[in-house]
Amino acid sequence: MSAPTVSHHYTTTGLDNRKIAIWAFIGSECMLFVSLISTYLIYKGRSRVGPFPHEAWTDPGTGHVYKAILNIPVTSASTFVLLMSSLAMVLALAAVENKGKPQRTLGERILGNSKLWLFMTALLGATFLGFQAFEFTSFVHEGLTIKTNLFGSTFFTLTGFHGAHVTAGVIWLVSMLMIDFKRGLGPEDALSVDIMALYWHFVDVVWIAIFTLVYLIR
Amino acid sequence: MDSSHHSNLTAAEEHAAGIEHEHPSWSTYWKVAVILTVLTAMEVWVYYIPAFVGSRAFVPTLLVMSVLKFTIVVLFYMHLRYDNRLFKILFTGPLVVAIITLFALMFLFGHMHLGHVGA
Repeated sequence: MSAPTVSHHYTTTGLDNRKIAIWAFIGSECMLFVSLISTYLIYKGRSRVGPFPHEAWTDPGTGHVYKAILNIPVTSASTFVLLMSSLAMVLALAAVENKGKPQRTLGERILGNSKLWLFMTALLGATFLGFQAFEFTSFVHEGLTIKTNLFGSTFFTLTGFHGAHVTAGVIWLVSMLMIDFKRGLGPEDALSVDIMALYWHFVDVVWIAIFTLVYLIR
Repeated sequence: MDSSHHSNLTAAEEHAAGIEHEHPSWSTYWKVAVILTVLTAMEVWVYYIPAFVGSRAFVPTLLVMSVLKFTIVVLFYMHLRYDNRLFKILFTGPLVVAIITLFALMFLFGHMHLGHVGA
C-alpha cells in the first residue's frame, strides 16, 4: 500500500475505520427510527381522546371542539428547509475537497467557500429546530401533550428523537465551522467533513419518511 | 468548476474513504435539490386534493414519492452510488431488516391483511 499524504486509520478492508463506523452507526440508527415509526403506525387511529392529527374532535365532557392538530403548511416549509440544508452540506463538503484549487470567477469563489456552506447548513438546521419548537409549543397550547393520548405519546417520541438528532448535528456543524475559522479546512479534512455530512443527510432522509408517514398519510 | 470533487485526494486516500468512482458535480447537486423540491411540492399538492385523498391511489402515490426522495438523497447526497460495496451492505442490510419488522408488526397488530392494506 502506498503511503498516504495524510493519516488514515486503515482496516484490513483497506477502508478507513471511521467511515465504516459511521455507516454501521447509520445502519443501527435506521433500526431505531423504524422502530419508532412502527410504534407510531401501530397506534395510529387508536387514540380514545383527541386532539387528533387530521380530524377535529369534540370533547364530550366540556363540548370543546379541538381542530385537526397537524399544520401541514408549516411542516412543509420546515421540510423544504431541511432538504435545502442537505444541499448546503454537499456544497460544504465539495468546497473542502476542492480547497486549494484555483477559483477564477465569483461563482467559483462562492461555491468554494466552505465557511459559507457550513454556516448555511447550521443555520438551516437551526431554522428547522425553530419550526419544531413552534410546532411543539402550539400543540401543547392546543391541548396535545405527550400524556394526552396514544397519538401524542408516539408523535412526540418520534419527532422528539429526530429533533435531538438534528440538534446534535447542528452542534457538530458549528464545531466544524469553528475549526474552519480557526485553522481552515482542506482536502486533508475531507473525510471528517464527509462523516459529518453522512450523519446530516441521514437525519434528512429520516425526516423524508416521517413527513410522509406521519404528516401526509391520513 | 464542474469537475469531480476528489482531484485533490490521492488514490490511497480515495480508497480509504471508500470512493470507487467520482462524486457528482455541483450541477448534479443542484439538479437533485430541484427534483427533491418538486417531489415535496407534489406530495403536499396531492394532500390538498380531496378526491385524490379518498382514492386508493393516495397512500401508494405518497409512499412512492417518499421512497424516491429517500433513494435520491442516499444515492447522490450520501454518495452511496459511488462508494464501496461494504457501505451499501452496512446501510441496506439493517434497513431491510427494519422494514420487514415494520411490516410484520403491522400485520401482527391488525393494520394490514392479505389482500387489503389500511390503517
